[in-house]
Amino acid sequence: MFVSSINTNIMKLKKDLAISDSGFLFNPSTGDSYSLNPIGVEFFKLLQKGNSDDEIISQIINDYAIDKNSVEKDLYDFKNLLVNYKLINA
Amino acid sequence: MKTKKIYERPLIKPLNSGLMNKFGKRTEWTPLTEIDGIKVVDLLQEYGSPLFVYSEKKIRENYQHAKRVFETRYPKVQFAWSYKTCYLNAVCDVYHQEGSWAEVVSRFEYEKALKNGVPGNKIIFNGPDKTNEDLELAIKNNSPIHIDHLDELYRLNELAANLTKKPKVAIRVNMDTGIYPMWDRFGFNYENGQAWDAINKIITLDKLELVGLHTHIGTFMLTPSAYAVAASKMADLAINIKKKYKKSVAYIDMGGGFASKNTLKGSYYMGSDTVPDIEEYAEAITSSLINAGFDKDEMPYLYLETGRALIDDAGFLLGTVIANKRLSDGRRATILDFGVNIMFTSFWYDHKISPVEELGYHTEDTTLYGPMCMNIDVVRENISMPPLSPGNHVVAHFVGAYNVTQSMQFISLRPAIVMIDTKGKPHLIKTKESLEGIQKDELVPEHLRIFKL
Repeated sequence: MFVSSINTNIMKLKKDLAISDSGFLFNPSTGDSYSLNPIGVEFFKLLQKGNSDDEIISQIINDYAIDKNSVEKDLYDFKNLLVNYKLINA
Repeated sequence: MKTKKIYERPLIKPLNSGLMNKFGKRTEWTPLTEIDGIKVVDLLQEYGSPLFVYSEKKIRENYQHAKRVFETRYPKVQFAWSYKTCYLNAVCDVYHQEGSWAEVVSRFEYEKALKNGVPGNKIIFNGPDKTNEDLELAIKNNSPIHIDHLDELYRLNELAANLTKKPKVAIRVNMDTGIYPMWDRFGFNYENGQAWDAINKIITLDKLELVGLHTHIGTFMLTPSAYAVAASKMADLAINIKKKYKKSVAYIDMGGGFASKNTLKGSYYMGSDTVPDIEEYAEAITSSLINAGFDKDEMPYLYLETGRALIDDAGFLLGTVIANKRLSDGRRATILDFGVNIMFTSFWYDHKISPVEELGYHTEDTTLYGPMCMNIDVVRENISMPPLSPGNHVVAHFVGAYNVTQSMQFISLRPAIVMIDTKGKPHLIKTKESLEGIQKDELVPEHLRIFKL
C-alpha cells in the first residue's frame, strides 16, 4: 500500500475503536491495543468526531503553545501512522 | 490572556503482548538538564552545538577512586595516563596533576607528553612503530621503552652499542589468558617461549637494562579473572628472571583494557549491570602478584595504563535535533547534529542518550541518525525516546574515551570542547575547527587555480 498516495484528509477512523481518557486504544476487530500520549488522545478524539484537518489544527493551536506548521506536520504524521496501524478506513 | 497548554508531538504506540524481558531496557525519558551544575542549554548557547563537555570533577574522582582501590591492595602502584584514549592537553594535565605519568604509543604522543611537562623518565613508550630517531630521543630522555618485536630489540642493541648508558627497556608480553580473541599481535608470546628468548637476549647481550615487563591483554575486558591469569604469568617471568640471572625487574606493567560502563552493541544486559567494577580488576591483579612468591622487599611496582575506565563517564556529547521523519515501515527516525564522525564509538556501543528538555513520559521507538550524508551514520539503531522535535537537545553519555582522539574531520568541522572545572566553571579547551584551520596544510598547484565554469 502506498501511504503517500492517500489523501488523509478524507479518511475516516474505523467506527468501533474504543479509547480511554488515559490513552489506551483498543481495536476490537483485530484485538490489537495501543498507547497514546495525551496529545495523541486529543488528536484521535478530534478525528473521531469527524473534524477536518483545518478544524483540528485550529483547535490545537488555540489550546496549545504551538505554531500551525508544527501541528500540520504532526497531524500528517499521526494520520499516516493510523493508516500504518490499519485504524483508518483507507 | 489565556495560558496555553504545553505541546508535545502526538504519539501512538502499539502494545505488544508476549514474553517480557525480565530486566527490560531503560527508557530514556529522564532529562539531563545540567552537567556539574551548569545548564546544558546554556553551554550549547555559549559554545554552539554539537559540543563535547568534560567534567574535571568526574575525571579526578575516577582517578582517585582507582588509585585508592589499587593502593589499598598493593604497596607500590603507579598509573600512567593512556594518551591515545584522550590526549587533549587539558585532560592530560588533570591526570598529571593527580600524579599520573604518561603512556604513549607514537612520536606524536611522546612529544605531546614532553610539551605537557612530563619528565622523560616518566613517559612510558609503547607501540610497534618507533623509528631509530624516536628510540634515540627516548634513550636520551631516559624513558622506559617497551619493546614490541625482535627487530626493535636488535635496533636498540645497535643504538646502545654507541652509548655510554644503557637504555631502559621492558618487553611487551602476550599470552593466553583464557579469553577469545587472544591478543597476540603485540609483543612476545609467553607460552611458546618468545618472551624468554627476548629476555635472554637482553640480559646476556648486556647492552640494555631490563627494568620491567609489560602486557596488555585486550580491550573492554569483561572478565577480571583474565587479569589474574595474566598477572600470574608476568610474576612467573619476573621470579624466574630473578632465579636465573639474580636480577629483579623494577615493575610489572599490566596495561589497560578495563571496561567502562558503556553497553556493547548486541549485549542483552546494560553495561551498568554487567561491567565489573574496578575493584574486581584490582582484586584479580593484586591477589595474583601478592601470592606469586616475591620477596617482601623486592615486590615490583605495579604500573597501570588504564584509559577508558577512567574517563568514559566524564565525557558528554551535547547536540540538537535537526529533523524527524518516518522510515518506509513507519518507524520514527530522528536526525541529530552529531554522528559517527565525532562519535566513533557508536559503532561499538549502544550509547545512553538523554533528552535535555522535559518531554513527558510517553516514548516511541526511534532510530537516531547523525547529520552525515552517509548511510552508516547511525547513532542508535533503536532507542525508546520521548517525542523529540527539531530544536530539542540531547546528551550522549560515556563518550569520554576515544571519541575526541578518533574523531574524523569528515564532511563537517569538529566541534568545540569544554571542560567544567571542579568549582563548576566551564573552560573552552579546544575551539571549533575552522575552514581556514583545515585548509592550512593544503597546497594547490598553480596550474589548477584558474578555471572557468
